[in-house]
Parts: sequence; structure tokens; C-alpha cells
Amino acid sequence: MFDLTGKTALITGASGGIGGAIATALHGAGATVGLSGTRTGPLEALAAELGDRVHVLPCNLSDAEAVNALPKQAVEAMGSVDILVNNAGITRDNLFMRMSEEEWASVLEVNLTSTFRLCKGVLRGMMKARWGRIVNISSVVGATGNPGQGNYAAAKAGMIGMSKSLAYEVASRGITVNAVAPGFIETAMTDKLNDEQKAAILNQIPSGRMGSPEEIAAAVLYLSSAEAGYVTGATLHVNGGMAML
Amino acid sequence: MSDIADRVKKIVVEHLSVEEDKVVESASFIDDLGADSLDTVELVMAFEEEFGIEIPDDAAETIQTFGDAVKFISEAQ
Repeated sequence: MFDLTGKTALITGASGGIGGAIATALHGAGATVGLSGTRTGPLEALAAELGDRVHVLPCNLSDAEAVNALPKQAVEAMGSVDILVNNAGITRDNLFMRMSEEEWASVLEVNLTSTFRLCKGVLRGMMKARWGRIVNISSVVGATGNPGQGNYAAAKAGMIGMSKSLAYEVASRGITVNAVAPGFIETAMTDKLNDEQKAAILNQIPSGRMGSPEEIAAAVLYLSSAEAGYVTGATLHVNGGMAML
Repeated sequence: MSDIADRVKKIVVEHLSVEEDKVVESASFIDDLGADSLDTVELVMAFEEEFGIEIPDDAAETIQTFGDAVKFISEAQ
């Protein structure tokens, strides 16, 4: 099950905890992977770890020209992009009343607009191939909201509406578009929380623990597979029961 | 019929699975040949590849009929 041999996957934010786990899972299922991210060092390190069938494709997602060029670079490196995982994201948290235009715009640009650009860039190849998988990594806060994250929650909710609209348009061409909405996941970002903050978060999670990046990767692997061909426009919530949607 | 028209017709016939004699100059892709809006996008993609040209989005919107396509491609080449 879930064999991706012969498929090519482009993963953004592959230098992060969740992105790295996604790349590792898709690679482990046989896919050739294109690792994209801003920081070349961690991408090279992950590539070295994975071995063959790996391409490093650095890209700054706040640079529109670089984003528009990325799908072409991926096709040059891998021959196609059969699977696109829009995982990269940034946060610029602030109370709504204090949030600057810049904080709002930069989060929307990197998290939502770059997702739009990359989806657009890979669609031509997927339409021709009559096969494609797009998985957009949203967030539980896109559905529930979160104080201090008006910009981030807006971008993550926007990804879901965008995924559903695109899913309608391309379903007849064998292309599925889905979202995965992680809850609290153990990454470098959540490591920074102190014990008190962690305890408060865990109180809200019925399963009583944070999720692992591998648990997000498993959801992405499923949605990327041939077996998930009848699943489109869906949002798969992976959050330990924190929000049952 | 010109070489360009023949090549365009071949693409249209194959892509939309229509009879060749229905692909006349005034035939609208959507109204007469059963294309949906996504089919028209794919046709433009196919024309671009066949003829090695770029058809910008605003120009693509003006290509409604078989005749429009042949005219646009002839002028673009």
C-alpha cells in the first residue's frame, strides 16, 4: 500500500521538522523528492541522509519570482512534479490591535500566496499527466482561531478554501487537492515553550500528548497515494482530538 | 486548408473527441464542440506546445472558436 515508486514530489519547508518528516516518508515510499526551503544547510543535510532520488531546490517563498521559477526548476531536476506538498509557513504573532500591515502581509504572502503560485505552477504538468496530488499543510488554528495569530489563522483558513475550490476545478483530470491540519506537533518551534505553557496546551488535547512530525507525514503520504484518489477537497485533522471537526 | 488549420483541427478532434466535420471555422469550443472551461485551458496549452508559442491569458480568452485559434496562431508565428 501507498507505493510512490516512479512518482516525483516537491516539498516546501523541507528544512523544518514537519517538512523533513514528510520528505522522508514520501521518499521512503519510493518517490523522488525535491526538497525546497530557505536554508540550504539543513536541506543538504537531509538530502545526504536520504541518499539517492533527492534534489535540493532552495527557494525564498517571499520572493514571487523565485516561487514562480520553482516548479520549472523541479521539473528540470526530476522530470515532473506529480505530488506537491505546500508545507512551508512562517508566523509573525501579535495581538490583533497591535498587528502591523507588514506582519499581516508577510504571513499571507508566504503561507497563502506562495501556495497559490506553486499550485498554479505545477498544474499544467499534472493536467497533461491526468494525475496529480496537491497536499496543503494548514493548521488547526485555521479552523479554530488562536489569540495572537489573526494573520496565521487567516492564511491557514485561506489555504483550505483555496484547496476546495481548486479541487472542484481539477477533479475530472485525476488531480486531488487536500489539506492536512496539524494540531500541536513536537518541532523546534514547540520546543521553545516552557513547561507551564506545555502543560496548558496538553490540557486541551484529549490524547494527552503532542503529535510527532511523522504522524503528519503519514497523513500526507496517504493523501499523496494512488489509494486516496477518491479523496479530494478534504481536510484531514491530525490533532489528538484537540478540535474534532 | 492551411497546414496550421490541419494541426489545430487534429488537436481539437483528439482533445474534445468530436467529429472532424464539426470543427468548422465558426465552431465555438464551448457552445458547439462540448468543451468546458477547463478544456479550453487545455486546448490553449496544447496549441502552445504544438506551435512553440506563448499564448497569454488575456489572448487565450479571445480564442472562442476554431477560426479564432487558427487566426491567432497564424499571426503569432
